[in-house]
Amino acid sequence: MGLPTHWRLKHQRYQLTGEVCLKCGAKLFPPRDVCPECNKPAYEPFTFSGRGEVYSYSTVYQAPDGYHEYVPYTVALVRLEEGPLVTAQLTDVDSDQVEIGMPVEMVTRKMREYGEDGVIVYGYKFRKTLESPA
Amino acid sequence: MREVSIVGFGQTKVGEHWDRSLRHLAGDAVLAAMKHAGIERVDVLYVGNMLSGVLTGQEHLGALVADFVGLRGVEAVKVEAACASGAAAVRQALIAVASGLAEVAIAVGVEKMTDEVGSSVTSGLAMAADADYETAHGLSFVAINALLMRRYMYEFGYRREDFAGFAVNAHANAVNNPYAMFQRPVSAETFARAGMIASPISLLDSSPICDGAAAVVIVPSKQARALTDKPVRIAASATATDAIALHDRPDPLFLQAAHDSAYKAYLQAGIQPKDVALFELHDAFTIMSALSLEATGFAERGRGVTLALDGEIRPDGRIPIATMGGLKARGHPVGATGVYQIVEVAQQLRGEAGANQVPDAHWGMAQNIGGSGATIVTHILETSDS
Repeated sequence: MGLPTHWRLKHQRYQLTGEVCLKCGAKLFPPRDVCPECNKPAYEPFTFSGRGEVYSYSTVYQAPDGYHEYVPYTVALVRLEEGPLVTAQLTDVDSDQVEIGMPVEMVTRKMREYGEDGVIVYGYKFRKTLESPA
Repeated sequence: MREVSIVGFGQTKVGEHWDRSLRHLAGDAVLAAMKHAGIERVDVLYVGNMLSGVLTGQEHLGALVADFVGLRGVEAVKVEAACASGAAAVRQALIAVASGLAEVAIAVGVEKMTDEVGSSVTSGLAMAADADYETAHGLSFVAINALLMRRYMYEFGYRREDFAGFAVNAHANAVNNPYAMFQRPVSAETFARAGMIASPISLLDSSPICDGAAAVVIVPSKQARALTDKPVRIAASATATDAIALHDRPDPLFLQAAHDSAYKAYLQAGIQPKDVALFELHDAFTIMSALSLEATGFAERGRGVTLALDGEIRPDGRIPIATMGGLKARGHPVGATGVYQIVEVAQQLRGEAGANQVPDAHWGMAQNIGGSGATIVTHILETSDS
């Protein structure tokens, strides 16, 4: 079930908090201790806006253990507007409506459960950006 | 560092071996290789494998296999680099002999995938990806490659059907390989109709779940002629890594580690891509074939699929790949694959490839990819008639 794993990741999963490298300004998600751009230490938290666009997507028909009940579901690489790519599921959208370049925004959704009595894991998914009423 | 050569090899047929356990398969390959090389003494054994713990509840394969094949007491360890474990094990064996610390080294790659149901294997294979940031979102390993294929099709304007040549070529070659899992051809029409696993990747874009083991015996090149008339020199061996997650790579459609390890290898061997007579690349998925060809200098970016469309990847083409069936049709018992690739290059360079023989093969290349491109091990072999 990996309870401590999910607990450790809560800032990333619920807030999309990564890092900004104070040396070169690169925005990093997921956070890591060494900036991959300039190789300097990176520890400064940075919370992303959650806005981005679809870089690629795929609809999964054969799932790994723990995800069978959600099949078919669509996973994507999303280019966040601040720069990094993030891997996540798409939600609130039909798989045949997805297009590369589609604007999306982060929402918090259930990712999986560990059986009936187990932990329910939540985290970021992306939906097609809702347009504000005129 | 002294030069080393392969003086013997062994392989099991790739398939669903209900009656053979992991240790039996490894044993079959090691004993066949030792017999082929005509040796009894071994200084070190490297066992390449990815999923023994997850799928068979067994780690500690070095000791297990050494004892099982009658090499109890010999130095032995498991080597793991996801689907590149096999070639990584060969590289360790090379280093042991080249450094002078061993006179005879064996590398065996073994994988037992069919003892568990499909979804468990899918989960196991996903361990090659980033657990916290890829796998946790429900990505299967197929889905990760599907993300690459979809983006590639978008950027370069290909349709799914354009990838058929990779599967058709692999299957056509496997017909003549008695060790291959699938020994029947596949047509482009069948490819186009195949069912989706993770769109746009279909069943026929993907290598199968299967069991197998292959092994090579490595000695100093100076001792090789005493053991065989047809030693195969390992002219180059290079490993490069990349970010494990697709999203951490600056350019996901460029296999940086394939490029880096291949060009290190070309330099070591003193050759160029045009000198390579055959390329046993890592065709776990059709998209990987295209990207591998592009990263290693055989096609311009975005043109890898064109090599398949134009038939250049066939045994009579400019750059034959999957000459004995590849991962697609010979099969992909993941931790063993890297050793199968090297065995097949050796067969070609020794003129023992039968109906699939690439004529005048002098230099052969094998490239084994772990994960979606995060560990890539390239070997270049040279025939002994020189």
